[in-house]
Amino acid sequence: MSSNPSHPQPAEDDSALRSPMRAPLTWTRINTARRYLVNHLVTVLAILSTLLVITPLVAILMYLLYKGASSLNLAFFTHIPAPVGEPGGGMANAILGSGIVLALASLMGIPVGIAAGVYLTEFGRGKLLATAVRFTADVLNGVPSIVMGISIYSLVVMQQHHFSAFAGGVALAVMMVPTITRTTEEMLATVPHAIREAALGLGVPKWRTVLSVSLKTASPGIITGCMLAFARVAGETAPLLFTALGNQFWSYKLTEPIAALPLQIYVYAISPYDEWHRLAWAGSLVLIVMIMVAVTLVRIYASRGVLKGAS
Amino acid sequence: MGVGINVEHLNAWYGTTHTLQDINLNLPANHATALIGPSGCGKSTFVRCLNRMHETNPIARATGVVKMGDLDIYKDANPVAIRRRIGMVFQRPNPFPTMSIYDNVASGLKLNGFRNRAILDETVERSLKSAALWEEVKDDLKKKSGASLSGGQQQRMCIARALAVDPEVLLMDEPASALDPVSTSKIEDLIFQLKSQYTIVIVTHNMQQAARVAENTGFFLNGKMVEFDSTHKIFTNPKDKRTEDYITGRFG
Repeated sequence: MSSNPSHPQPAEDDSALRSPMRAPLTWTRINTARRYLVNHLVTVLAILSTLLVITPLVAILMYLLYKGASSLNLAFFTHIPAPVGEPGGGMANAILGSGIVLALASLMGIPVGIAAGVYLTEFGRGKLLATAVRFTADVLNGVPSIVMGISIYSLVVMQQHHFSAFAGGVALAVMMVPTITRTTEEMLATVPHAIREAALGLGVPKWRTVLSVSLKTASPGIITGCMLAFARVAGETAPLLFTALGNQFWSYKLTEPIAALPLQIYVYAISPYDEWHRLAWAGSLVLIVMIMVAVTLVRIYASRGVLKGAS
Repeated sequence: MGVGINVEHLNAWYGTTHTLQDINLNLPANHATALIGPSGCGKSTFVRCLNRMHETNPIARATGVVKMGDLDIYKDANPVAIRRRIGMVFQRPNPFPTMSIYDNVASGLKLNGFRNRAILDETVERSLKSAALWEEVKDDLKKKSGASLSGGQQQRMCIARALAVDPEVLLMDEPASALDPVSTSKIEDLIFQLKSQYTIVIVTHNMQQAARVAENTGFFLNGKMVEFDSTHKIFTNPKDKRTEDYITGRFG
């Protein structure tokens, strides 16, 4: 009987046959302990990395508070710089100037950046022009800010024969565009195609679908992109050196040189006077707080009216 | 009131793939027509050709004559205007996530520039009632996002959204395939009621569903329409061997 080939005898080593039933028990027992450990180790690592990331941020802020807060007073926000040797004086004109130049840059950079991003996702799919725009944006993003300053100097300042707030705005706007374009493109690409089809299927024209459906759905991400671009250029000094130039007096005309916080900080920081050094610290603190306030305000404004259950 | 659709020699391509081959079909007004067939046979492409959604894909192309009443929709009309008269419900519910339930339903009107509050309110209520959703959502109309509803509710909201622009034809591309049985039966009841006012075309993989809601059924296979007849005949006495094989579950 034992030699009948149609009834195979159990092999001597039958562990392969039984393993699917027995093995998982031991396998699980060994690994849960290890996985538990690894899980906790990685969690701790993640927390440590987070701390490591926010440490410089907190340190900078603390140091600025320590160095700059003592020089902050009402005069800092209301007075223009005082001559060397004379006590007091403030950076009111630089705060206003930064506001004007940044508003100008946002006004020019944000619409152009978003429009280019819309073109890339909604209209330029697979087109040569889109590839060119995408490539240009990436290159532009990597251009050093000092180079941007010199370029705008020769394109705007030399043409107009004078430094101006307008030229400063253009320089910062050009720096904002690539970031905004690429973020807009990426955020629009995450909007499900089914939602666009829903709008088109209702007889909504394409342009309206892009504005009211695609852009609206992607708006939280696009706003974040704009804020990142804004925060980045708000502290730029190099592009303003050759364009807005700086100014020690009140000026709000777009055709004239204008003061800006980063420029003022730069001039004061490299000066030999202790009083000016203290003001430079205070200016740095004000600049950072202004950026944080602006970003927070936009976030609060943008999160208004978000509905229950909206994804 | 619904209006009938007449399709003659309709061909459609995606790139070089000939997805629909010479389809001839008459969809009578105020009736429901079911389209059945295995996946990839061209049913969805067919309904997308009826409201010119097919051509929104850059590599897609279609030829032939599609007439809605006397209007040749490929010759005499612009695609945007056609889509207002031929509504569409998609396979997966696709609410606008940033809009409230109210705005979702009103979107077809609002996005086309319609602003009259009283008429919008009335249209939203009427459409949600037609879609059997009004009672479930009337208290949260403007508070909740359309995306916060359950899958079945979302799909009924999408039907309400399609009804709100007052179309004459309603195309439904597997409207219940992503839903549970309870929601499915609600949608089927809905189709049953709606067909007194609209011409309905429903693509389905569920043959019982076709039998329950549609007077006529067309069987598609590999881009061709194999057979078109009354639903009763298709399911009890099909003329073509392939139809019989599909219905009895021998393939597909």
